[in-house]
Amino acid sequence: MTDPIKLSEAEVGKAYEVIKVEGPALIRRRIMDMGIIPGAKIKVLRLAPLLDPIEILVRGVPLSIRRAEAQYIIVRETS
Amino acid sequence: MKGTIKLALAGSPNVGKSTIFNALTGGRAWVGNWPGVTVEKKVGVMKLNGYKVEVVDLPGIYSLTAYSIDELIARNFIIEERPDVVVVIVSAINLERSLYLAVSLLELGVNLIVALNMVDLAEREGYVVDVKKLEALLRVPVVPTIAIKGIGIDKLKNIIIQSISNPRRNPAIVDYGDPIEKAISRLCSFMKTHTPEVVHTYHPRWLAIKLLENDRDVVEKVKLLPKGDLLINMANEMRKELESVVGDLEVYMVNQRYAKILEIVDKVVRRVRVKGISVSELLDTVLLDKFLGLPITITSIYLMLYFAYNVSLPLVDLVDALFSSLADYTRLILQDKAPLLASLLADGIITGVGTVLVFTPMIAIFYILVAILEDVGYMARVVFVLDKVLHRFMLPGKAIVPLILGFACNVPAVLSARTIEDENDRKTVIMICPLSTCSARLPVYLIIASAIFGTYAALAITSMYVLSIIFALVIGFLFKSFIFKGPSIGFIMELPPYLMPQSRTVLIKTWERTKRFLTKAGTVILAAAILVWLLSITGPKGLIGPEALEDPALLKASWVGAIGRALQPIFTPMGWDWGATIALFFGFMAKEVVVSTMAMVYGAEETSLGRAILAHFSPLSAYAYMIFVLLYVPCVATMAVIRSEIGLKYAVLTIMYQMVLAYLASLAVMFIGMILGLG
Repeated sequence: MTDPIKLSEAEVGKAYEVIKVEGPALIRRRIMDMGIIPGAKIKVLRLAPLLDPIEILVRGVPLSIRRAEAQYIIVRETS
Repeated sequence: MKGTIKLALAGSPNVGKSTIFNALTGGRAWVGNWPGVTVEKKVGVMKLNGYKVEVVDLPGIYSLTAYSIDELIARNFIIEERPDVVVVIVSAINLERSLYLAVSLLELGVNLIVALNMVDLAEREGYVVDVKKLEALLRVPVVPTIAIKGIGIDKLKNIIIQSISNPRRNPAIVDYGDPIEKAISRLCSFMKTHTPEVVHTYHPRWLAIKLLENDRDVVEKVKLLPKGDLLINMANEMRKELESVVGDLEVYMVNQRYAKILEIVDKVVRRVRVKGISVSELLDTVLLDKFLGLPITITSIYLMLYFAYNVSLPLVDLVDALFSSLADYTRLILQDKAPLLASLLADGIITGVGTVLVFTPMIAIFYILVAILEDVGYMARVVFVLDKVLHRFMLPGKAIVPLILGFACNVPAVLSARTIEDENDRKTVIMICPLSTCSARLPVYLIIASAIFGTYAALAITSMYVLSIIFALVIGFLFKSFIFKGPSIGFIMELPPYLMPQSRTVLIKTWERTKRFLTKAGTVILAAAILVWLLSITGPKGLIGPEALEDPALLKASWVGAIGRALQPIFTPMGWDWGATIALFFGFMAKEVVVSTMAMVYGAEETSLGRAILAHFSPLSAYAYMIFVLLYVPCVATMAVIRSEIGLKYAVLTIMYQMVLAYLASLAVMFIGMILGLG
């Protein structure tokens, strides 16, 4: 079992599972409504050319999320 | 006629909602605003089996929370207006997420129809959705569609007719588990016996869920109803108890909804072959590449501008010629009989309105390009690539579209800021839009730079574009830091799959936007044109006559001349004479008028204007003048749209900050130039 990390620190190409969503109510709810809830699988697809935002795959849908918001998503690497 | 039916169309962004709206209504829509806010509202009409169906296009949303204005609008429309039917568009390639909205709508207790769109793309991705099973699980009708090809639309219409007489609701779609379900039914029975008014407005189960989730909008509204506070207190106590069992209740509820959706998706999706790499993924590996991504994005923006400027040039000239011959013709037939009227029509109205309308072809072409890029799905990538730059200046990624559009014309730029969800972000972006150097400013730069800077002209002009971007970003940053603070909404955006653009959607979008430009710009311009004309032919000593518009000596005695001379001392540090000052005044109408005014005031033809400018400006004062033209006040049409979008207060604020900024910036140019010994 790997240690939980923030999604903003996740590596490109790796797969993760969401453990917890933190942050202010407004941002947290927005994140969760996009299907990013505990148990959801996330794959980091790529970084934008300027390294922020990051593109992730959630529930088969590619999403762009800023690191500032990604830091509220706590994930664990899955193999 | 069997009567009017109210139908609401709901769906997330990128599921094909506008295509279905156009297919149902024939593309003709009444466009206005939702009451009290500037979120666009589109209503169309569809004749169906003797019914008149009013189709209301709800904002594109992912959910029905109280956190975003769009979601509140959609939710309150359904609660207050009670549409007879709601059609939710669910994307087959994005089933889990788009079913979330469908489930939220079911919980609201609406008579729902699901349009399962993009079934062809799902098959391309290697799976099929079992429609019959989905229908059975949701317990509402599901219609598979391929909206861009018009497939399934007739079936959808049939189902709409059926659902008018046979409504299908399923508010208890999600089972929240024992302790919560008990709390919900206790709240429901309390409502029925003690607060019947509440049940009248809201679906009881939905209201119970929202009260347990502590939804701020619902809580506030229920508080105002008789015995509402009793209900709220009861829900609050229940929440405390439940949270000791399941943790944060809001998180728990979202989880339960998604668990239900996953269960459904598991049962209805059948993979027919292994998923290969899609065209979209392939394209993105190139277009969003670490090294290529940025150059490609900047090149495509540049090409878009280049194309819009150049392709529209002959058309712009054509419109220009049309208006000037119309003015000439008016003069010809009226000159002798009624010289004053002739001048009002020709010099005031026709010329004034013409100066703005000449931009229509370019704006329309620009809109076509933007609509194509949006339709294809590339616009979202542009935002993805450039977001960091904007984020650094505390601006939303979506600000990129208004700022690019601003290079064509500030009016559509301001209007396009509507896609920005957060109110503070939107105000900020609208207020920096006029700093995008629009195409009307280019002729001013061109004539001055080529007259004064010779071989360095191109460099001087390019510097205006660079400064324009820098000023927009920096001022935006200052606004966000000091005036429009407030929390910034999470920037999460979908990167939709690339699709072929649909000429119908592109043309409808372009037409709607161009029409908005014409109505917004056209109405004020008329008034402004008459005002400027009136100030030019009259003066402190009374009527001067239309001759003032041709004779600089007479113009000097007019109100405009008086204003110019009164203001001139302010510009002494920059070394501009009263003629240059007056040209700025006329530039309020549209910036390119600065050129024709200077020509008139300096008694030169547009061809010999270069020499006249050389006589009236030093290189330093000319450059300061260019900067001033870049920054000072939005043109009348832009002012008018800023006012209609965010109110008079902000329009005035925009004018004031731009004046101050322009003055300080040009003063700084003079100062720095003097120090460097360029004076």
